[in-house]
Amino acid sequence: MTTPLPKTAELDALIQAHRTLPGATLPILHAIQDAWGYIPDEALPRIATALNLSRAEVQGVVSFYHHFRRTRPGRHVVQVCRAESCLAMGADALEAHARATLGIDVHQTSADGAVTLEPVYCLGNCACSPSIRVDDDIHGRMSPRRFDALVAELRATSGEGVTA
Amino acid sequence: MSARIYVPIDSGALSLGAEQVARAIRREAEARGIAVDIVRNGSRGLFWLETLVEVVTPQGRVAYGPVQPEDVPGLFDAGFHHGAAHPLCHGPTAQIPFLARQERLTFARVGLTDPLSLDDYLAHGGFEGLKRAIALAPADVVQAVTDSGLRGRGGAAFPTGIKWKTVLDTPAAQKYIACNADEGDSGTFSDRMLMEGDPYCLIEGMTIAGLAVGATQGYIYVRSEYPHAFRTLQAAIGRARAAGWLGASVAGCGRAFELEVRMGAGAYICGEETAMLESLEGKRGVVRAKPPLPAIAGLFGQPTVINNVMSLAAVPLILARGAAFYRDYGLGRSRGTLPFQLAGNLRHTGLVEKAFGVTLRELLEDFGGGSASGRPLRTAQVGGPLGAYVPATQFDVPLDYEQYAAIGAMVGHGGIVAFDDTVDMAKMARHAMAFCVAESCGKCTPCRIGSVRGVEVIDRIIAGEERGRNLALLDSLCDTMLAGSLCAMGGMTPYPVQSALKHFPQDFGIDTAAAA
Repeated sequence: MTTPLPKTAELDALIQAHRTLPGATLPILHAIQDAWGYIPDEALPRIATALNLSRAEVQGVVSFYHHFRRTRPGRHVVQVCRAESCLAMGADALEAHARATLGIDVHQTSADGAVTLEPVYCLGNCACSPSIRVDDDIHGRMSPRRFDALVAELRATSGEGVTA
Repeated sequence: MSARIYVPIDSGALSLGAEQVARAIRREAEARGIAVDIVRNGSRGLFWLETLVEVVTPQGRVAYGPVQPEDVPGLFDAGFHHGAAHPLCHGPTAQIPFLARQERLTFARVGLTDPLSLDDYLAHGGFEGLKRAIALAPADVVQAVTDSGLRGRGGAAFPTGIKWKTVLDTPAAQKYIACNADEGDSGTFSDRMLMEGDPYCLIEGMTIAGLAVGATQGYIYVRSEYPHAFRTLQAAIGRARAAGWLGASVAGCGRAFELEVRMGAGAYICGEETAMLESLEGKRGVVRAKPPLPAIAGLFGQPTVINNVMSLAAVPLILARGAAFYRDYGLGRSRGTLPFQLAGNLRHTGLVEKAFGVTLRELLEDFGGGSASGRPLRTAQVGGPLGAYVPATQFDVPLDYEQYAAIGAMVGHGGIVAFDDTVDMAKMARHAMAFCVAESCGKCTPCRIGSVRGVEVIDRIIAGEERGRNLALLDSLCDTMLAGSLCAMGGMTPYPVQSALKHFPQDFGIDTAAAA
């Protein structure tokens, strides 16, 4: 990922922009992850101070939710649905293919830094199973052949998509 | 005159290439010098035909699908922009049997209109319910919802009107409407389709709820897996506010209602109402013990109406057409319609809104067209990952809250996932426990620890280790989870496990002949 490390001033600006919302923690975390692709260590004490929370409380919120990441992902995040509808349509084989093609397990990033592979429980695209999500785009009726074509495309692109 | 062509912007259609189809139509029309007016609509819910392109003709809208970008030149050659015949043509959309046999009340507009066009919304009966609600006393609005028989569509089926009355009768300086749009159940997508295809309907329903109970602020909690629905709602709220349908004086009535969309963060448990409140407050999504009921002390400790998207979206019609109109659909204590969602291994997947009382067989065979694989259907899981697996011998039980409860199943949010005869039910039972391990909030022990032990016990049963003893242990464990969990997560995970075991014991290596 080419996005530089967040500057504390930029972090503070994002925190300030959402600080007064009732229940501001999630909106702030979303804004930070949308900007940098993950929640960097520097963010936690700054959020805690702004919201008058302990650092442990903020850490507790971040760690509770599957969506929030504490480490920098690859240029693209690919989620393979693991829920029942997709399982009924071959999601097991699709995930095995994804792992083999990328040479990684889930929650890992491919060696070229292009793709982080994650499991997801339901993308709400159950009428078009099996589904995957690439950054913010959902792809339905996914086949191993189409998956390979998609990954080839992702490897060729720089990855602005991850912060979209 | 330019040809009016509809290309869906629903994320299901987009997942199959609708954006590329829209671009191809525009490009091809320009190259041929044909004037086209492309409207991006919601999905009609016929997903095996997506991307479903519709052309307006004097005889109504004509459907073409599934259209791929490479089909577009051929469609223009055939004259599809005048509604001409083509191998992908299905004739008038409204006459496609899958649609013609439905009873679309909540989904009346989805797929017909441009989701963000207020003019379209008004032209199709939008805000009629809100206008009626403004003219009524708040208690009369609540009474209409009670009289309609509407029950919570999120799955718990609690009478919506009674919930509203509790909030109305609880005095407080600030009350809230919280819409649960954390549609995490596998096999469900009706909330998403409505939020993407008819967002003003939800906005109208929430506004009516606000006026009825005296709440001035609403939140829609949308799951992070639905980025498209999130953006559609944000845009719709902005437009509704600019047009005066939201704000300090709703439609000039002098009473205020404001609305905000919040994004979840990938926690299934936040679909449980009190976990959702915690999340909206900025905390870990840990379930609260009840009482107090959220209707008395909910969001930020204030009286809060929490309803599912489908419940709130049913309200405008109930106000506009009257409680009796809605109540006349359905049977027993299950009144009105339910937007069922056909998913998994089916030829014709999609959205089927029908009155309660329809059977699984009708949905799977008449609407669904049988399995996509061509193999026999073996079972369907109804009501999400915490719902029971219903065997083919029970496909004729009418879908009704009480009759489903009587067979140890649940209608839930109306999601139906079909499996053919290649499914390994022991694996699906293990999956249910493993899902609970991943998604338990951790507050209560039966759910947090029980699910971990459940995976281990099922693994031992599958491996044939002391099968009799481990089956007894699993039974006891499920009993503990059912009776001892704080919410439906741990309390209903035994449903898929025990139904799989009961109806498909051979998949667990149990010798049914010897057991009999």
